[in-house]
Amino acid sequence: MTNCPTLIVTVGLPARGKTYISKKLTRYLNWIGVPTKEFNVGQYRRECVKIYKSFEFFSPDNEEGLKIRKQCASAALNDVRQYLTDEGGQVAVFDATNTTRERRDTITRFAEQNGFKVFFVESVCEDPAVINENIVQVKLGSPDYTHCNTDEAVEDFMKRIKCYENSYQTLDEVLDRDLSYIKIIDVGRRYLVNRVQDHIQSRIVYYLMNIHITPRSIYLCRHGESDMNVKGRIGGDSGLSLRGKDFARRLGQFIQKQDISDLKVWTSQMKRTIQTAEGLNVPYEQWKALNEIDAGVCEEMMYEEIQDHHPLEFALRDQDKYRYRYPKGESYEDLVQRLEPVIMELERQENVLVICHQAVMRCLLAYFLDKSAEELPYLKCPLHTVLKLTPVAYGCKVESIFLNVDAVNTHRDRPENVEVSRMAEEALYTVPAHQ
Amino acid sequence: MMASYEDEPMETSPRELTQNPLRKIWMPYKNGLPEKHIPQRKVCMTNCPTLIVMVGLPARGKTYISKKLTRYLNWIGVPTKEFNVGQYRRECLKIYKNFEFFRPDNEEGLTIRRQCALTALNDVREYLGVEGGQVAVFDATNTTRERRNTIMKFAEQNEYKVFFVESVCEDPNIIAENIVQVKLGSPDYIDCNTEEAIEDFMKRIKCYENSYQSLDEVLDRALSYIKIMDVGRRYLVNRVQDHIQSRIVYYLMNIHITPRSIYLCRHGESDLNMKGRIGGDSGLSSRGKEFAQCLNHFIQEQNIKDLKVWTSQMKRTIQTAEALSMPYEQWKALNEIDAGVCEDMTYEEIQDHYPQEFALRDQDKYRYRYPKGESYEDLVQRLEPVIMELERQENVLVVCHQAVMRCLLAYFLDKSADELPYLKCPLHSVLKLTPVAYGCKVESIFLNVEAVNTHRDKPENVNISRLAKEALFTVPAHQ
Repeated sequence: MTNCPTLIVTVGLPARGKTYISKKLTRYLNWIGVPTKEFNVGQYRRECVKIYKSFEFFSPDNEEGLKIRKQCASAALNDVRQYLTDEGGQVAVFDATNTTRERRDTITRFAEQNGFKVFFVESVCEDPAVINENIVQVKLGSPDYTHCNTDEAVEDFMKRIKCYENSYQTLDEVLDRDLSYIKIIDVGRRYLVNRVQDHIQSRIVYYLMNIHITPRSIYLCRHGESDMNVKGRIGGDSGLSLRGKDFARRLGQFIQKQDISDLKVWTSQMKRTIQTAEGLNVPYEQWKALNEIDAGVCEEMMYEEIQDHHPLEFALRDQDKYRYRYPKGESYEDLVQRLEPVIMELERQENVLVICHQAVMRCLLAYFLDKSAEELPYLKCPLHTVLKLTPVAYGCKVESIFLNVDAVNTHRDRPENVEVSRMAEEALYTVPAHQ
Repeated sequence: MMASYEDEPMETSPRELTQNPLRKIWMPYKNGLPEKHIPQRKVCMTNCPTLIVMVGLPARGKTYISKKLTRYLNWIGVPTKEFNVGQYRRECLKIYKNFEFFRPDNEEGLTIRRQCALTALNDVREYLGVEGGQVAVFDATNTTRERRNTIMKFAEQNEYKVFFVESVCEDPNIIAENIVQVKLGSPDYIDCNTEEAIEDFMKRIKCYENSYQSLDEVLDRALSYIKIMDVGRRYLVNRVQDHIQSRIVYYLMNIHITPRSIYLCRHGESDLNMKGRIGGDSGLSSRGKEFAQCLNHFIQEQNIKDLKVWTSQMKRTIQTAEALSMPYEQWKALNEIDAGVCEDMTYEEIQDHYPQEFALRDQDKYRYRYPKGESYEDLVQRLEPVIMELERQENVLVVCHQAVMRCLLAYFLDKSADELPYLKCPLHSVLKLTPVAYGCKVESIFLNVEAVNTHRDKPENVNISRLAKEALFTVPAHQ
């Protein structure tokens, strides 16, 4: 997307969501294929100052503290340079308060010397309720406060914030007019965007403007077992088997029991997901983007047939399942690109149930659980099992609910031998049982 | 955590599904008839219509933004219409004398202007209520809080969501350029020379300045809006309510007014083209290769600064780009429409094997989806990120395919869904698109290498009952 690497620099007082944003943005960029890594200066500080005593460390007149913090920032920037220059990284997220213009100038100079573009992401918030919730969600559990009780921790953290307040120089309309940045105000109520330089910054801005922190859950599941599933065939557009229909009914009951406020239901445009949604008796929306991966010439084949007709293709797929594209079909990599608007809309929405397909569900799950391209195509997404994802702290809680209707297993593990020269039985070793 | 659910008494059985033969969409039906329409993925996930309200002094690009935004929304499938109050004023007043009409103490002028705004709002209501519109763009200065409040009350009564788009700019160069590009040619200044027109227009702007109340951080904090400053250098975005507003913001943040040209062309003639076959992934014929060479000369002659070259991931576009000796980027999104089961067929074969499909396609070529393939409507959705990136870029050459080029062209030239699938995009012709004023100048350059014609017009008889020859009447000649 961009030839120059990009350095994203967070700005803001403690408890303004900088790390939340850093981690989320990093996860998103990696998922869409932009190698990104975050560098949390607080982490560096914890490695350096083994034991955190109190907010005094952050007092602006604590010379020793200042020195250590400056060193940690430098060490982090060094690692940034290594990542972007030597390790093939495309974006680095430098997560620290960076609340003074002086500190930001240092970083800007560093970036200039190394040929990195800089984009600032500032989070400004004065709502005490939001700050409190932030502290409860992510500070109390921090290594810094392992030995404190809740009240002590909150009290200390509030004093810590105070240490930064006097020297805080927010990004200024006039003084910082030449910088590229987004200022997020009150958790997304307002945004100020200045001098977006290129495509990746434009995508970052769009993403940041679509995320929210309202509590909600995302339910992911596949369609009920289909006739093709039973026969061990991939792709196609078949209807549900009897057990699949049974699952649809159970799914309806499950959803009712969950008593979810304003649930949106999304399906693909393939018969089996729509039939499943029909079992819920609620309105649903069809997305072509949620259609199963197109297996091209292998559509409707069994793995045995693929081995028979296209043994080379079958081996290549096992060698790199993420990037492998079926002849006249798609790859997982293509799927991710196709699903990006779905993810964007999922970020905007609140409670959603997505009824989709095995490969599609793997891609979506990889986004939420930060799975790499190598792990993604092998994530376990069995039929008749609902995954309930609930954002919590910096990640996602996952609950797996099997709806107690048996179904075939459609998960084929990577076999040991992925060589083109392998024998048929070696290729077929991990094919799950079917009719 | 694992949980399982015990069996419960059976519910009523779910509805049966039938697949719409044209769009290949599965829908529930009862007693042989399709049930109430289940919505397909519509861009605009809101049931409420949206009223976009422009704000800003004259010559700040409000009409430019209104028209462009309207064009974009219509192209992605959101029925949108713009309502330019200046137009209404011109229809009312017939002859524009001078800036005095806009003076804040001209009672008669104020009365007429208010009436025009109300008439326009009336038409907005008609469009959004009765005519099935989804978004209306209300293009006027709307520079006072009082006027904006009136509009919001109107929107509230009619249950429209309101989104303000304000353009703020104090750069005299930009304002001067704006006046030259779009005011001098306005009906208001037909009888003036350039200096007179500019002088009058500057005085017109002055009439608004004293009463101008820009959208305020505090006073207007409950409103949903984007404030565009200095032609996109800075943006203030407040309270985006829903998906369509989010898309509008993203679009507005990606467009620019830097002069540039976009070159669109198809790959050189391919082997399959010569045989009259559609789709596939064949290489160039020898005439196609010749075209690629000519394209190379043409591009060099054009002497374009920093030209980006984009192709699809199909062999024929890549082969064409290879002749340019320039770096190029491959986009899967630019691949030709997937003809599904009809891939690699001639029209004669399609008529032979799938006469019903062939007829359905002629009935509604935009929405028709090939079995296991795509529709033009699907293509547009697939191409949206390409359009977004084209908006961000400057000089670009896109080497693509017939259906793809029709979609892109329809976006730039504001063609409807009905016209789009029949746009003429012949082989070996380059279209050079240069934004000018509120639209796009088009130059068509045929690179003088013969090629087959691949354009099939809509035949007269589109009924399923038609004879084969009636279906094949408009098929262009091939080997």
